[in-house]
Amino acid sequence: MAYKIGKDTLVTPSCPAVLSTAAVGAQKEGEGPLGKEFDLIEEDSRFGQETWEKAESKMQELACKVALGKANRKMSGMDFIFAGDLLNQCIASAYGARSSGVPFIGLYGACSTFAEALALSAVLVDGGAGKNVLAVASSHFCSAERQYRFPLEYGGQRPPTAQWTATAAGAAIVSAERKPPFIQAVCFGRIQDLGINDQNNMGAAMAPAAASTIKTFFEDTGTGPEKYDLILTGDLGMVGSDLLDQLLQKDGIDIANRHQDCGLLLYDREKQQVEAGASGCGCAASVASCHLLPHMQKNEGPRSALLIATGALLSPTSIQQGETIPGIAHLVCFTAEERRLF
Amino acid sequence: MEYMRAFLVGGILCAIGQIFIDRTKLTPARILVGNVVTGVFLSAIGIYEPLAKFAGAGATVPLTGFGNLLAKGVKEAVAENGLLGIFSGGLTASSSGIAASILFGMAIALLFQPKDK
Repeated sequence: MAYKIGKDTLVTPSCPAVLSTAAVGAQKEGEGPLGKEFDLIEEDSRFGQETWEKAESKMQELACKVALGKANRKMSGMDFIFAGDLLNQCIASAYGARSSGVPFIGLYGACSTFAEALALSAVLVDGGAGKNVLAVASSHFCSAERQYRFPLEYGGQRPPTAQWTATAAGAAIVSAERKPPFIQAVCFGRIQDLGINDQNNMGAAMAPAAASTIKTFFEDTGTGPEKYDLILTGDLGMVGSDLLDQLLQKDGIDIANRHQDCGLLLYDREKQQVEAGASGCGCAASVASCHLLPHMQKNEGPRSALLIATGALLSPTSIQQGETIPGIAHLVCFTAEERRLF
Repeated sequence: MEYMRAFLVGGILCAIGQIFIDRTKLTPARILVGNVVTGVFLSAIGIYEPLAKFAGAGATVPLTGFGNLLAKGVKEAVAENGLLGIFSGGLTASSSGIAASILFGMAIALLFQPKDK
């Protein structure tokens, strides 16, 4: 049963396993540096659906289906689904899981959702409340544009600092079975808001949240960056990543040589014209599901890794009302070996 | 030469908009509204009309031209109908443009589907 150490870190002593993962993306993701690692790339970003929202639900369904197939499981064998996305009322997840017939728990953590889902799944499995839990998150460039800015029909221009919402979904089965990678601990972040109100600079709004969660985790566990082969943040992008390294350096924590960011891994920023990098729930979800976790599973990636997915908890209404952007970051600690770290 | 003048003036007006997108935090919607208001202002102080004569479509097609049209319409309507023209003039002068954009907008929306950029 998960127990708390220090301020916020929850240790999961049974080390829940990530049984399988799957990532689904569209053409742009397929053309990126990780294109070949995706389980499924659909050239048509509508995924054969009438609307972008339906397309996003379809991506979630596909990601779940592939993850279940890889683990040789059926949907009916799942005890819970944790799912989230960026749309109003979380409809991509609700409609995506509509036909699943499995207890459904909708989440909203903006782009931090996948880590949030993994962390909650790990705690449930560790406590014995479920044996197999699906964690899913998605985002779609076209539905997110309508949600946060303008519908694509409007044909608006993008400023150069804007990040590109990934059209992607990631799914993972967290299980009580024994197979690497293993979840050692999780750390739910506290909301940080340093007063940034520029919607086109979300990396800067989220970096303090990432710094806070990472620092808390290190203090709680009595470890430091040298203990982990990889520290993978969600979608801080270029600006946010630099800021995170600087913020941690002020506290004497140097992560620069082992820090990577999903937002900078997903696309080739120069060739694909994505300005400051990728963002969206689908960014951290797909990069973790097609890159980090499968590599750890095959024992060819890092032996230990921290996934810190970050979210900007704003809404178009709060921005129009001049509110600042609250940031959040949730952390999941993975190891390739079952041996307990804490 | 006429084309050249239209190209240069229209191009400069659009370039100013692009600078606002690249260098400021203003949203595109605000920049567009700013263009209309600027057009009204330039028309009111008598600058826009000579510019429109010089550059033709280069000055009337960009959004500042729409502002100019609103201001011009109000001026004319006030001369004709008195103060009530403040309310009727702008829309009367721009009615063909507004109706056409709604109609064409709808037609395009029915005919085509948007794609990823």
